[in-house]
Amino acid sequence: MSTTIEEDAQESDVEDATAGEPEARVGLRYTLSQLKRDPTAKVGGYIIAFFAVIATVAFIDTNVLAWVGHKYWFAETFWVNPVRDPATTQILRPPLSLTNDLHPGAPGDWNHVLGTDHRGRDILVRLFYGTRIAMMVGIVATGIGTVMGVVVGAVAGYYGGWVDDALMRAVEVLYAIPFLVLVIAFMVAFGRNLLFAMIGVGIRTIPVFARLIRSEVLSVREEDYVEAARASGVTNRKLIQRHVIPNSFAPVLVQATLQIGINILVIAGLSFLGFGAQPPTASWGQMLSVSRGYMLPAPWFSVWPGLAILLAVIGFNLLGDGLRDALDPRIQNR
Amino acid sequence: MSDANTLLDVENLRTQFFTEEGTVRAVDGISFDVNEGEIVGLVGESGAGKSVATSSLMRLVEDPGEVVGGTVTFKGETLIDFEENTKGELRPSEAMLSNAEMRENVRGNEIAIIFQDPMEALNPVFKVGSQIREFIEINRGFDEGEAKALAVDMLREVGIPEPEERYHSYPHQFSGGMRQRVLIAMALACEPSLIIADEPTTALDVTVEAQILELVDDLREKYDTAFVWVTHDMAVIAEICDRVNVMYLGEVIEEAAVDDLFHDTKHPYTDALLDSIPRPDQTTAELNPIVGVMPEAINPPPGCRFHTRCPDAREVCKRAEPAYQDVSEPGERPHHVHCVKYEDVGYEYSDPLDTEATGAFAGDLMETETEGEADD
Repeated sequence: MSTTIEEDAQESDVEDATAGEPEARVGLRYTLSQLKRDPTAKVGGYIIAFFAVIATVAFIDTNVLAWVGHKYWFAETFWVNPVRDPATTQILRPPLSLTNDLHPGAPGDWNHVLGTDHRGRDILVRLFYGTRIAMMVGIVATGIGTVMGVVVGAVAGYYGGWVDDALMRAVEVLYAIPFLVLVIAFMVAFGRNLLFAMIGVGIRTIPVFARLIRSEVLSVREEDYVEAARASGVTNRKLIQRHVIPNSFAPVLVQATLQIGINILVIAGLSFLGFGAQPPTASWGQMLSVSRGYMLPAPWFSVWPGLAILLAVIGFNLLGDGLRDALDPRIQNR
Repeated sequence: MSDANTLLDVENLRTQFFTEEGTVRAVDGISFDVNEGEIVGLVGESGAGKSVATSSLMRLVEDPGEVVGGTVTFKGETLIDFEENTKGELRPSEAMLSNAEMRENVRGNEIAIIFQDPMEALNPVFKVGSQIREFIEINRGFDEGEAKALAVDMLREVGIPEPEERYHSYPHQFSGGMRQRVLIAMALACEPSLIIADEPTTALDVTVEAQILELVDDLREKYDTAFVWVTHDMAVIAEICDRVNVMYLGEVIEEAAVDDLFHDTKHPYTDALLDSIPRPDQTTAELNPIVGVMPEAINPPPGCRFHTRCPDAREVCKRAEPAYQDVSEPGERPHHVHCVKYEDVGYEYSDPLDTEATGAFAGDLMETETEGEADD
């Protein structure tokens, strides 16, 4: 790396400002190095990494170990039956959903660190499996919104004219419908489960990304390299894919990171209303929903899932803010 | 006008921009041709319509602009052609290539463009090599390996040191001159018959400019590629071109072989243009700039468009629309000019016109002069 740059400085006809610099100022590696220097982004990154690891372990435990007949092996081994009594193991298994009727509604102790709920289910275990749901819904819903929003916005911005008008008006119609009504109607029509919650929230997120990338595309499409590509016979579709979208993507990346946090919150809210993951699947929102009947006698029911949601959302917001700074060359916070 | 080896023939090309202020006649009936392996210059001030003319050739004029008339033929293919329909309106004719044919067969592989600003003409998010490779894949149908090999060869060809390694560099890791070399490599990679160079050396300093011009001259001989070289720099024209078209306000006002243009200048505008730059073959105490600015192309002056700034302007110039005609003596190389001086419309007997260039308005600037007094 360093040798090529030195040679560049020697060989080049004109030394431009970047040729002599020790480090590139754009690109993925630079962005990551900027992120590492930003303490808030680092904290956000660690929080997300923490939840991501938990979600991955939980996913392996429920989905991968199920093939070898050891579903919930992890939870059973470490939490549900901490006294290791073979006689009680069977009744603690799903479909009874990791209950421990021996200790209903207890605050934290050494066996159940965060306490148990009204049916004796370990709150830590439920949070553990709920992480999987939270991360998945956040990422999938935002992914749906990002992909569709970017396509719609980029096409609208690139072609302009009536295509722009038609697509952006359609997007604004989507914006005009009250969000909860839209998603709930969607789920009533198609089915009350997590998949449709994710799709519904994803569709609802389209306008955010469509508008964002459209404004960016409007300036990128005037760039010389876009015209150069057009002059060299590149099709419009390929032009959008290769030149327009990659060069307009930075703000979308920032918004997507922030939006994951928002969407986690939104789907937790839907679960709270009974429109998300259905019992007995553990999700943070649904845990909160159940706990509202026990707020005074057993506050730990609601505190822990609430904290989990808060922490996850903060994590994504911090990372998003850090990304925004790292991707904006005008901000040099060093 | 076309010979056996004429590559590109432009006849009466007209491009207009439809704006709220009015119709801008950016290119108003220009004609020129390019022979195989020839470098033809297109020179003029900013706003003369040079760049619009080149993007019109490629049918890349964007809204609110539109090619509204003229015929462009390239290697026997009709790029632009208009015909009158029953209502007497001009409509694109059937002979014209479709947009898809234009994209697949002409752009990139038959006619390539080198843009003015090498800093802006490469996509900043992809590596230089992959951009050249993709360009080759699109236009020549090579597979990835072949295209990569050719891309590295082309980089070597244009004088990039260690092309295998620089293939993996991003555009920002190149200097301006290097990037222009990359763009030339890209343009040449598909061995087009014609390259349109839109002020390719304007953004570079003179040392690099000289290197690039030398490179282009070498490559032209090697690949036998014709160039349309757009510039406002007469020095570049003298250096590289075989023939020159001088543009003023959307019209070609003089066309000649490069030596004839410099040493047997016919049009007063070309004369003024040459007077305004230092020349190695002439000694002068002071340079004469061309007075005034170019009028708006929305409302071009009547008659000869240059008469408002012309030092030789006479009364007749306001009235007579000059014809574009060959004024060369028999046996000489063709020399086209667009000026009433060379026509039989009574220029000799006409009264001199008071214009900025003849000092008529100098009274505004210098109080010692009286109105109408010519200072030359």
